[in-house]
Amino acid sequence: MSAIQPPAQLLWWKQPLDRVEGTWIAIALTWSLIMFVMMPLWHVYGKQNLSNEAYRTTPEAYMAKTQAMVNQYTVRTETDQQIPVVSPPPGSDVYLIARLWQWWPILELKKGQTYRLHIASMDYQHGFSLQPVNINTQILPGYEMVLTITPDTSGDQTIICNEFCGIGHHTMVGKILITENGS
Amino acid sequence: MSQQLFRTCPESGLQFHRSAEWLMRANAVAAVVMLLIGGITALAVVLTRWPAVHLLPADRFYQILTLHGINMLIFWIIFFEIAVLYFCSSTLLRVRLATPRLGWLAFALMVTGVIVNNLSVLSGNSSVMMTSYVPMPAEPKFYLGLILFAVGALIGCFIFLGTLVIAKEEKTYEGSIPLVTFGAMTACIIAVFTISAGAIILIPTFMWSMGWITTIDPAMYRLVWWAFGHSSQQINVAAHVSVWYAIAAIVFGAKPLSEKVSRGAFLLYILFLQLASAHHLLVDPGLSSTWKIFNTSYAMYLAVLASMVHGLTVPGSIEVAQRAKGFSRGLFEWLRKAPWGNPTFSGMFISVIGFGFIGGISGVVMGTEQINIIIHNTIYVPGHFHATVVLGTTLSFMALTYFLIPVLFRRQVMFPALAKWQPYLFGGGMMVFTLSMMGAGTLGVQRRHWDMTFADSLMGFDYPASAYTLMGIVGISGVAAIVGGAVFVLITVLSVFFGKRVGSESSYGTATTRLMRAEPEVLPAGGHGAAGLWGFAAPGTFVFALFFLSIFVVYYWVNWKYLASVWPMS
Repeated sequence: MSAIQPPAQLLWWKQPLDRVEGTWIAIALTWSLIMFVMMPLWHVYGKQNLSNEAYRTTPEAYMAKTQAMVNQYTVRTETDQQIPVVSPPPGSDVYLIARLWQWWPILELKKGQTYRLHIASMDYQHGFSLQPVNINTQILPGYEMVLTITPDTSGDQTIICNEFCGIGHHTMVGKILITENGS
Repeated sequence: MSQQLFRTCPESGLQFHRSAEWLMRANAVAAVVMLLIGGITALAVVLTRWPAVHLLPADRFYQILTLHGINMLIFWIIFFEIAVLYFCSSTLLRVRLATPRLGWLAFALMVTGVIVNNLSVLSGNSSVMMTSYVPMPAEPKFYLGLILFAVGALIGCFIFLGTLVIAKEEKTYEGSIPLVTFGAMTACIIAVFTISAGAIILIPTFMWSMGWITTIDPAMYRLVWWAFGHSSQQINVAAHVSVWYAIAAIVFGAKPLSEKVSRGAFLLYILFLQLASAHHLLVDPGLSSTWKIFNTSYAMYLAVLASMVHGLTVPGSIEVAQRAKGFSRGLFEWLRKAPWGNPTFSGMFISVIGFGFIGGISGVVMGTEQINIIIHNTIYVPGHFHATVVLGTTLSFMALTYFLIPVLFRRQVMFPALAKWQPYLFGGGMMVFTLSMMGAGTLGVQRRHWDMTFADSLMGFDYPASAYTLMGIVGISGVAAIVGGAVFVLITVLSVFFGKRVGSESSYGTATTRLMRAEPEVLPAGGHGAAGLWGFAAPGTFVFALFFLSIFVVYYWVNWKYLASVWPMS
């Protein structure tokens, strides 16, 4: 019963390794280092990386920026709540608001074009989960996150809140519409 | 000094200090009560997430889910861990427990904390999930309950450390402390860090909920809270790995392949495991990739290395012990001839497999900086941590309990035939449950979400039919696991209170014997490896480890491939 008794040797740290342990440690350490190197490598060669670009903001300041975009680029409204559908030009800054319990406004983006997507919360913490493409990020109040995205799939995407934000959490659903690039 | 009373367990040879014994019993019983409440809430949660049943209304679901998370992840496990800490210090080292009165104070604080916190959740005003992310408010009582519990647990940790000091001072053991006590010390050190982090964030949050502080920064909250929330799961890892070693020693008389490697792996936990808290912040705004990569890899995956080492040395030590008994034919006779009908062994072995293959691999994969983008906050995440915490920690604690009922409580285990099956039902159910959750998460099904049909929302979304099938399997396998858990609670409670007493009433005396060093090993000619193959002492385990690694590697690359299919982002 030795694991629950003091080691047999007083100088147990001088006991040599078994070959099976030494071999396994070498293999496991190699694998650990490969996994570690993959992350910086993906920043260089991979296409899916978060920018980590973020700014402190306030609900008022962020609302003002979003409203300005909505005023300029709204093309129509949808749903009973008349949510504006906004179609900003490719390459521009696009603003999305997360609030209880809504993603606002509806964005209309062109496939294959790049946008700077800003997201911030007006109140509690929210989770931005874009389905079915499956992109998930955390949205915090007071922080404006910027993602430079290039939608390269056809078909509209749904934004689902995946951070619990109160009783209406499961109704917090929004849309990003993807239009085929006509030109 | 007052007289210290000890008794020797005739079956196991363990010596129990009376004050420590009663504290262990109290903490273990409280733990099982929490497991019972956690299990009842688990049933309500799983029956709601099973789309065909969808049991609870939304508000009740979020409330019950909050209760389930806190009672299972914090209260059940930490109560049991306090019992384990007392066992690994006082009992294993044959020493009186330091300050037993403070031990009762700690216990009282923990029980009070549980009641205050649970009442707050039950009132319906604190349905904020276990994480209680600001600025979503809970009642002050919610945080106060957690703080009281944490203070109690912290006192328990210091009693453990004090007991180690007494044992050394009074020379109750020879040489170094046993490996299992060393592992428990690792858990204790991590616990002190964890509980301190909890205090650092929960005390200001309590003050905020009282209106004494105007704001708590949500990013700061997440950073510090997860130093508590994730690290508490690292206490579990250190504790249940210690339990694995203890059970290997108790059932097989197994000794570590080498003390140096096993202790070194525990040391890596102390140094690096806490960094894993960063996993939760991988897609948060405001943190740099450099910070994320260093922390999420626990400094180049050195803590993962430690778990991979334990994953080899625990079964490896069993293999060596079995081969020494003559079960040495081929690669796996030692495993085939293991006591699969003994729930202490089967529970522990299923725990090793579930923790390593399901919990470990999924944890490393989803904790990769970029891969987290396709997994964060989906139901994949609870899939992962039910594999680590339930299959890993809970099942190994259940396995240890089957050993403790006769030894600590002096009662025979009732319904032995049922007990024999319990780890398979619980572990098997949990394996299917976790794998289906991870599958559904990969399809984008969310965690902490009441309605995957989005029936009440302005704009809907349709998950593929396979997502509904998987959530149905989650429901069925979850119920199976809960039945397995209920069987455990039933056997434990009935055995402890109504079981047949073991042997004669043991008497307490003042004398204890000194804990001697293990017998020096008699190596066969040709050294340790000669009993195995290819110069490996544990060739079967090594083949097993290579099998594990190949699954790990394949699954890791599959996820990079999946990530490469989503929108380009920078």
